[in-house]
Amino acid sequence: MGTGAQPQTVLSQTVLPQAGGVQAALCRECLTAWQGGDTGEETGGETRCPACGSRRVLAHPELRSLAIAHVDCDSFYASIEKRDNPALKEKPLLIGGTGPRSVVSTACYLARKYGCRSAMPMYKARELCPQAVILPPDHGKYRRVSAEIHHIFEQYTDLIQPVALDEAYLDLAHRDDIPEVLANIALRVEQEVGISVSIGLSYCKFLAKMASDLNKPRGFSIVGRSEAVAFLAPQPVRAIHGVGPALERKLIEQGFPTVADLQAASPLDLKARFGSMGRHLWHLAHGEDDRPVNTDREAKSISAETTYDVDQSDPEALLATLQALAERVETRLKRADLSASVVQIKLKTPDFRLLTRQARLPDPTQRARQLMRHAEPLLRREATGRAFRLVGLGVDGLGPSQAADPPDLFSL
Amino acid sequence: MKLTIERSTLLKALGHVQSVVERRNTIPILSNVKLEARDAGLALSATDLDLAIVETVTADVQVDGAITAPAHTLYDIIRKLPDGAQVELSQTPGDVQMTLRSGRSRFALPCLPVEDFPNLGAGEATHTFTLAASELQTLIDRTKFAISTEETRYYLNGIYLHAATSSGVPVLRAVATDGHRLARVEVPLPEGAAEMPGVIVPRKAVTELRKLIDEGALDVTIALSETKVRFSFGHGGTLTSKLIDGTFPDYERVIPQDNDKILEVDKKLFSDAVDRVSAISTEKSRAIKVAMDQGTVTLSASSPEAGSAVEELECSYAAAALEIGFNSRYLLDIMAQVEGDAARFAMADAASPTVIREVADASAVYVLMPMRV
Repeated sequence: MGTGAQPQTVLSQTVLPQAGGVQAALCRECLTAWQGGDTGEETGGETRCPACGSRRVLAHPELRSLAIAHVDCDSFYASIEKRDNPALKEKPLLIGGTGPRSVVSTACYLARKYGCRSAMPMYKARELCPQAVILPPDHGKYRRVSAEIHHIFEQYTDLIQPVALDEAYLDLAHRDDIPEVLANIALRVEQEVGISVSIGLSYCKFLAKMASDLNKPRGFSIVGRSEAVAFLAPQPVRAIHGVGPALERKLIEQGFPTVADLQAASPLDLKARFGSMGRHLWHLAHGEDDRPVNTDREAKSISAETTYDVDQSDPEALLATLQALAERVETRLKRADLSASVVQIKLKTPDFRLLTRQARLPDPTQRARQLMRHAEPLLRREATGRAFRLVGLGVDGLGPSQAADPPDLFSL
Repeated sequence: MKLTIERSTLLKALGHVQSVVERRNTIPILSNVKLEARDAGLALSATDLDLAIVETVTADVQVDGAITAPAHTLYDIIRKLPDGAQVELSQTPGDVQMTLRSGRSRFALPCLPVEDFPNLGAGEATHTFTLAASELQTLIDRTKFAISTEETRYYLNGIYLHAATSSGVPVLRAVATDGHRLARVEVPLPEGAAEMPGVIVPRKAVTELRKLIDEGALDVTIALSETKVRFSFGHGGTLTSKLIDGTFPDYERVIPQDNDKILEVDKKLFSDAVDRVSAISTEKSRAIKVAMDQGTVTLSASSPEAGSAVEELECSYAAAALEIGFNSRYLLDIMAQVEGDAARFAMADAASPTVIREVADASAVYVLMPMRV
């Protein structure tokens, strides 16, 4: 299990440059707490635990006043496969399909050294690292592992917001041993589950998430209130929650390549340029994010999509795919005991432009047939002989299943 | 073209025609209203290619002529002029602008040539008959609420108007349904309508038609052609609409004839109670439960968030106890159309269509599909 990870080089802890002063410290290995751990400036990065001598030490002036954590598993799928097959341990591993248009779901850290990244086309990853082992994803297994990790979280807090199988926000404000809890969670996941996690601790979700990403794998990074603005300033704007490629382009065009540029702007100017998103950006750029850790696990939407190996332009073939997707969505609606009141189709053109079209349903439904009645005209309007590489179908406006499919006088 | 017209006269006519004009138009001329000045009258026309309204009003015409001008802008200007103002419209042939003068205001509006304005001809009338405006109003008002908005069932997006026989009496019938409720209303068959084919008049035409009826016309002449219908009013207005090209479903088959559980309620007391209890039902489902037992009807609703509500009413009900769920909004829509004091529900069971009508009058029949509650 976790033993394989032990001899690994101990990674330095990210402790952002601080003005000196007394700060709280905690050893991540033996959980010894003490006051006065320094940032390592004076001792050349050598802050060691006074009890066990480990260099895996957390030291930060705000260590004991931050309560929002983001826990992110390190190369989740790949770590699980390596755990289950030690022969893979020292080999670069890619999880994903092998079709011409498959993408990498997860690249292990060895594969990342060759430049492989998740979401990269698989053929490209294979070019970069021909010796990599490729495994198809086993989602059932990953879900089970995710549940085990959540079970560990639940022993410390009820305020858990899962973001994906491999990441979650934790709100620990009700506890007075927050750094101990998080260090313990990291140790227990390694020992009991056999994979490693990286943790970000801050006072809001947005910075906690950025922090967890700072020092992967096996990281534990802290961003406090006093350093938030300085920490954010040099970041590119895409680091901000909600800034996708389109908005990033717009921001750069208008002279806001970095968060510092947003910090320097007036909130009114940003609002005038980018609408309500502008104000949101201004707040986030100043490290203000008041979104609570949301434990509401209800799905907001359900969708399924298919990428073709070869671009598809035949409307009937696209429709057949859409039908199959509608049936998958129906199964998931029924399993979740939900009904949908909006149906959406998604089409990606060969040059990666994404088209979405949606229709409000006259009545909530759980049935593929109803979804298709309204999705088909949407598709037919777009599928006029042009080719698409991807087609997707999603539903929104989810509600209870009792309201679904009211009986009809002309029972369709 | 040059004419002078009373502001209020122009405002009223423009009010009728401009609502046909879509706010966003890809074809520029469809944003315009056609103005034709001739023989001491001004004819205003607007169309969206499916529907055309022409209204003629009196005006002091100094020079005959015709032009088209932006409908919404013109309406907006006239609306903002003071009450009692006189409006002068003038345009020199070949000029791309129309001048509007009133008091000390002067506007120059861009125009498009009248030759480009699409003419939605009525087609050759195969059947023509005349109906009292009040009867047309009854047919529309009592069925309009049930028209479907579902685009995939386009053939339900209007009122089905046709000749039928009701207990041996020939009638003109209007039917609308969205699959959850159905309204069937009839008036005595006017002369000349016996041979008319069943036609589906689209929702937008119905809405605009209803506004024209409000102008106090006495009679409406209806002319049907193969693909269109034209309604002509005595006061010089006409509405021409394309008909929905589809087959209206066999609605008679879904109106139950043998429902034997009969509930009779005071219409006002019942509606008010439904309205109160529905305050609790969820925004999405609007479900309300109606439980009947020997002389009492109990309305109830509950939702996990909003709590619960119960109200009991006296009624006439002698059949076996029954509990049935309805969409409260649909129920209220129907109750709002029931005229007399008492409403009669004929039910079979909690899963089959319920027939609702006025106790004293069978000319309007409503069918409501129950909900699972």
